[in-house]
Amino acid sequence: MGRYVVRRLLQMIPVFVGATLLIFLMVNVMGDPIAGLCGERQCDPATAAQLKREFGLDKPVWQQYLTYMGNVFTGDFGTAFNGQKVTELMATAFPVTIRLTLVAIVFEIVIGVTLGVVTGLRRGRPVDTTVLMFSLVVISVPVFVTGLLLQLLLGVEWGWIKPSVSTDATVGELIVPGLVLASVSLAYVTRLTRTSIAENRRSDYVRTAVAKGLPRRRVIVRHLLRNSLIPVVTFIGTDIGALMGGAIVTERIFNIHGVGYQLYQGILRQNTQTVVGFVTVLVLVFLAANLLVDLLYAVLDPRIRYA
Amino acid sequence: MRGARHPHSHPRTYVKWGACAAAVALMASGCGGGSGSGDSGAVLSASWGDPQNPLEPANTNEVQGGKVLDMIFRSLKKYDPETGKAENMLAEKIATSDSRNFTITIKSGWKFSNGEAVTAKSFVDAWNYGASLRNNQRNAYFFGYIAGYDKVHPDSGTQTASTLSGLKVVNATTFTVKLNQKFSTFPDTLGYPAFAPLPQAFFKDHAAWVKKPVGNGPYTVESYTRGSQMSLRTWDGYPGTDKARNGGVDLKVYTDNNTAYTDLMAGNLDLVDDVPAAQLKNVKSDLGGRYINTPAGIIQTLAFPFYDPRWNKPGMEKVRKGLSMAINRDQITDTIFRKTRTPATDWTSPVLGEDGGFKKGLCGSACAYNPAEARKLVKKGGGLPGGQIKITYNADTGSHKEWIDAVCNSINNALGNDKACVGRPIGTFADFRNQITGHKMPGPFRAGWQMDYPLIQNFLQPLYYTNASSNDGKWSDKDFDHLVDQANAETGTAKAVKKFQQAEEVLRDDMGAIPLWYQNGSAGYSDRLSDVRLNPFSVPVYNEIKVG
Repeated sequence: MGRYVVRRLLQMIPVFVGATLLIFLMVNVMGDPIAGLCGERQCDPATAAQLKREFGLDKPVWQQYLTYMGNVFTGDFGTAFNGQKVTELMATAFPVTIRLTLVAIVFEIVIGVTLGVVTGLRRGRPVDTTVLMFSLVVISVPVFVTGLLLQLLLGVEWGWIKPSVSTDATVGELIVPGLVLASVSLAYVTRLTRTSIAENRRSDYVRTAVAKGLPRRRVIVRHLLRNSLIPVVTFIGTDIGALMGGAIVTERIFNIHGVGYQLYQGILRQNTQTVVGFVTVLVLVFLAANLLVDLLYAVLDPRIRYA
Repeated sequence: MRGARHPHSHPRTYVKWGACAAAVALMASGCGGGSGSGDSGAVLSASWGDPQNPLEPANTNEVQGGKVLDMIFRSLKKYDPETGKAENMLAEKIATSDSRNFTITIKSGWKFSNGEAVTAKSFVDAWNYGASLRNNQRNAYFFGYIAGYDKVHPDSGTQTASTLSGLKVVNATTFTVKLNQKFSTFPDTLGYPAFAPLPQAFFKDHAAWVKKPVGNGPYTVESYTRGSQMSLRTWDGYPGTDKARNGGVDLKVYTDNNTAYTDLMAGNLDLVDDVPAAQLKNVKSDLGGRYINTPAGIIQTLAFPFYDPRWNKPGMEKVRKGLSMAINRDQITDTIFRKTRTPATDWTSPVLGEDGGFKKGLCGSACAYNPAEARKLVKKGGGLPGGQIKITYNADTGSHKEWIDAVCNSINNALGNDKACVGRPIGTFADFRNQITGHKMPGPFRAGWQMDYPLIQNFLQPLYYTNASSNDGKWSDKDFDHLVDQANAETGTAKAVKKFQQAEEVLRDDMGAIPLWYQNGSAGYSDRLSDVRLNPFSVPVYNEIKVG
């Protein structure tokens, strides 16, 4: 187990370097960011030159990348154009997005898995058909439509919530945005769980468990659900990264100042330091979530052992 | 400073799907907020965008940071929100006999909100800081008229002086300014935020000051969470006559102005100072009289790459004039902008007023839609270079694509050629600026200008004078330059304006840039507020707003 984890961690290094290098190059291809800093006017050459020097933009790209990576390993993610440290931006943005993601994941697990179990056990019944229909609708409607619609209905028409999230972004305020963010994945989780449960219901170990005379509840939770959750866990695990990075649309609609907002702002202003920094952390989150998922397999399925 | 991209460059853009919000928001009728009795202690909330640069006066070159500076600073002059005229604020007297050496006397009794007195030194130190190369101030060039600027801010290499030789403190309330050229309207530029005084706290603990700026305006910063909110409160000790009539302003950062608009509809926000384009068609039914749409000092033009010989050869002025006449400005401002733009008939802005140099109809027939004449002129001038023009614009902000397409349509229809004009989008504003400064424009390109101060000089010199800072198309004309020089040397405003207008006529005769339309500022507000208006910089006059 320990060796497996170490091997996986080592594999992360080339993935990490490759990903950051790609992002770094892509942001650089967009051109000289200094030109956008002086409005409709040409920056005076002396100030532009000095800004370039300060941000290290006068060096060749490979050198910029090496310096940047060197700094990252010492915990210095550079400075955004507005003079704020990128780590400072992260310190404000990530807690918000993590809260939002957690709310979304809880929705996925609680509602998605529950609906999946219910429909999987009652295949073909009205409740199954209804949920399937409903999930199809949710999957086919884009997130921004769901978001704007809920915002308008709950926020403006009925006045149940505030249409935008305040600076504090408390969990209570994030419930509706979290639901919107989770909606599509939630539908997938429901369908995945349903299929998996329906399939495993007919398997030998379930029949054995039933034959042993175990109570129905125990058969479903301990035997059936535990084995059926493997594809669902894989999905949710990879979804963590997607939710955090993909929150741009949801964060925009509800004016949440999280990772999506900083990324959007960074791209618009061609702020290499912000974009690369945030994406680097997102890459790390992706990698860590993937590792966690693989480790969870062993917990869920006793047949899987890592060495 | 405020290049005209800014009205579009709020961090929120009008994305396609904003239209959905528009469609749905259309049905929203309720506007929250109860009305009570007037309360001078009540705080209002207003939409904001994250300032691009640190909030230093000489480093703020866009509207969002400008809003804050407007609330927490008062300078020597202040522009009247109605007329745009520069009036003395902290200045007691600005005297000159030769339009080059100025003696500035400031009123006594002014203080910064931390108790420190505003003295001549507060100004001189601030200006020296702003001009100095090592401080990286984006607006440094504003001090470029002051003698000794080339020493503290050389075009290349390191600075050889740390202070401007043209600035001298005489006593606590007096200082002198020596310019490196005659500039008769120099005193009128001093209302620009870059010329604000700074307290010693700014220099002593700069990091702390930037976190929580201290100024001498009607508001003080109570708290500032970067990137999301700034709470400003009325400063009771403010010595000026334009005291705030409300308890304060909470500026909230919105990524998308559609969300801000939705918040306004839900009663969650009091003031939106940039109504999203997608909402313009329902703003009247949503807000009724609580929508304002007033002229701002912004003009949109099409500039040409005069560094490209194909656009600079004799006869091309006919083609440029023809293109100008092929654009149906009335139709585009009506249908696309819903009258938040006014067809331009000169190269300045109506906010200057007749006395300030605005001259309606100066462009004459060259700016009037006339497809038949347009076709004739383009033909006479030798046709479009390469048979087609590509209008370059940045597609990341604003609704540039819509109007560029409309302009091209209009040109195509007028010239009877489906392929005469196409839009050429560039992904980001920075890249757009890069290609412009790199002289890579294959044809006309979007150019916009938001005035720094309400003077005709500011609409002409930076944009069309040979090698001026914002002369992106590199248009150059000796007569024009000569007239501008003469105008700057005039002592009386009226005489200077006349010379500037003559220069503008030179620009017209060569059609150095096609004027398109004057841009308005727009805002919507909740029924809690009254006395809301926008100044010529399209910034709400916060201190006049009454709550309740």
